[in-house]
Amino acid sequence: MINFIIKRLLLTIPTIFGVIFIVMLTIELVPGDPVELMLGEHATKEAVEDVRAALGLDKPLLTRYLMYLKNLTKGDMGRSIRENRLVSKEISDVWPATLKLTMAAMIIAILVGVTSGIFSAIKPNSYFDGTNRIISLFGLSMPVFWVGLVMIVVFAYWLRLLPIGGTGSFKHIVLPAVTLSLPSIAMISRMTRSSLLEVLKEDYVRTARAKGVSEKVVILKHALKNALIPIVTMSGLQLGQLMGGAILTETVFAWPGLGRLMVRAIFARDYILLQGTVLVFALAFVLINLIVDISYSFLDPRVSYK
Amino acid sequence: MVGLAIVIGLFLVAVFAPFLSPKDPTLQSLPDKRTTPGGKFILGADEFGRDILSRLIYGTRAALLVGIVSIAIALFFGIILGTISGYFSGIVENLIMRAIDILLAFPYLLLAIAVVSAIGPGILNTTIAVGIWATPGFARIIRASVITIKEADYIQAAKAVGASHFRIIFSHVIPNFISPMIVYATLYMANAILVEAALSFLGLGVQPPTPSWGLMVSSGRDFLLTAPHISTLPGIAIMITVLGFNLLGDGLRDSLDPKLRNL
Repeated sequence: MINFIIKRLLLTIPTIFGVIFIVMLTIELVPGDPVELMLGEHATKEAVEDVRAALGLDKPLLTRYLMYLKNLTKGDMGRSIRENRLVSKEISDVWPATLKLTMAAMIIAILVGVTSGIFSAIKPNSYFDGTNRIISLFGLSMPVFWVGLVMIVVFAYWLRLLPIGGTGSFKHIVLPAVTLSLPSIAMISRMTRSSLLEVLKEDYVRTARAKGVSEKVVILKHALKNALIPIVTMSGLQLGQLMGGAILTETVFAWPGLGRLMVRAIFARDYILLQGTVLVFALAFVLINLIVDISYSFLDPRVSYK
Repeated sequence: MVGLAIVIGLFLVAVFAPFLSPKDPTLQSLPDKRTTPGGKFILGADEFGRDILSRLIYGTRAALLVGIVSIAIALFFGIILGTISGYFSGIVENLIMRAIDILLAFPYLLLAIAVVSAIGPGILNTTIAVGIWATPGFARIIRASVITIKEADYIQAAKAVGASHFRIIFSHVIPNFISPMIVYATLYMANAILVEAALSFLGLGVQPPTPSWGLMVSSGRDFLLTAPHISTLPGIAIMITVLGFNLLGDGLRDSLDPKLRNL
């Protein structure tokens, strides 16, 4: 087991390096010169060259890559072009908000998704099941940003129940979290349903029922535990979806998180800030996958023997 | 079946757009701006007085173009990468898998956003970006299939007879993963359309004045409370389209291979 964890951790390291490289490569391809952007149109040629040398931007990509890595170990991601603030500070200011939103959405998605999936599996092809499956299909087909806007119109404007955007109170997180969670609810519900249905067909379930164990215990204790594995995997994968969706949701609801910061960086052509935000997003995702893989090995011991 | 009907319907709408739409989708008519549905503009007008129905109809082209072509690109490269890394083991396989893992390390939208930030917006670049976004997923799935297929008896038999690798791959391996691949491709197309809509919503995808549903939702944001129809209607179009592809994919999966139903 420990071997598996160590092996998995080691595999992550080249992945992280690769991610950083791809991010740098992408930024490299962006047209436009960051130094000219920083100094403005009327900067003299010498000033541009000086700043360029000072920032090390005149060196080849590989050198800059290594420099960036070195700086990263010190926690330095450079300064944003527009406001010349430390990128690391900008990011550390906003990522808790994104974390809150993503966690809230995840909790909602798991609670609602698993519960509805269980009820669907218990009574397959019933009215509840049919409705659930149709709603799930719609949930997967609706664009996140549109749902958010519709929610704003319905709940914030017509019904005046919840605020339109921003943060402050518990009420503020409800709409964005629910919006963000919808596609994940759909996927988790589907997964729970099919996984539980598979498990309920197994022999040991029949044995438990024959033994006279009450149906509730059969489902909760025996079936669910074994059905959990693909559900956990799916939930882990959903975290990645949630992070992507957070970018859109934060924009729609003006939620001050990492996603909104990234979108602002894109429009401000602030490549240094963009590099930092994309990196943090990607690394968070790698970390989450790592945790999911490791916890997966606890749930299914067969995995660690591979 | 319903999915197939929807998709074919959308295809026809896209192709015959000029005949179907009552007005020119880019014709602005400022005195008419933000008209609500009914009367002269069947579905209302947007903030520049352009007919929403026409823009919705023309938007079908952008959506289907990006959705289908990007997945075609992804399939092409995905099959190449997946087959090579699945069939030939060794350094090449490891390198390809590492690269794919790295690309898959980016959360959902991020890769597409990064690519578009680099190569610029516009419908062609959006198609490329979405194609790049979808490729690692396909490569991985195909590789898994190829690895399983590789062990089959008929492959061993072909090798024993002396068939070249090339021939084995084309005549035996690929035909065997085609059917699950069609299912995945359809489902991925549904997502590709969502990604295009998201990119256009963020302003990174299709650029004005070309109509794109995501773009329409975004531009209607400023008038959300006064003229909600500008943002709401395109979203419904997106939903119907994506639903169509999802239904099609589900239907294909149920008929081709019931074992895949757990997805």
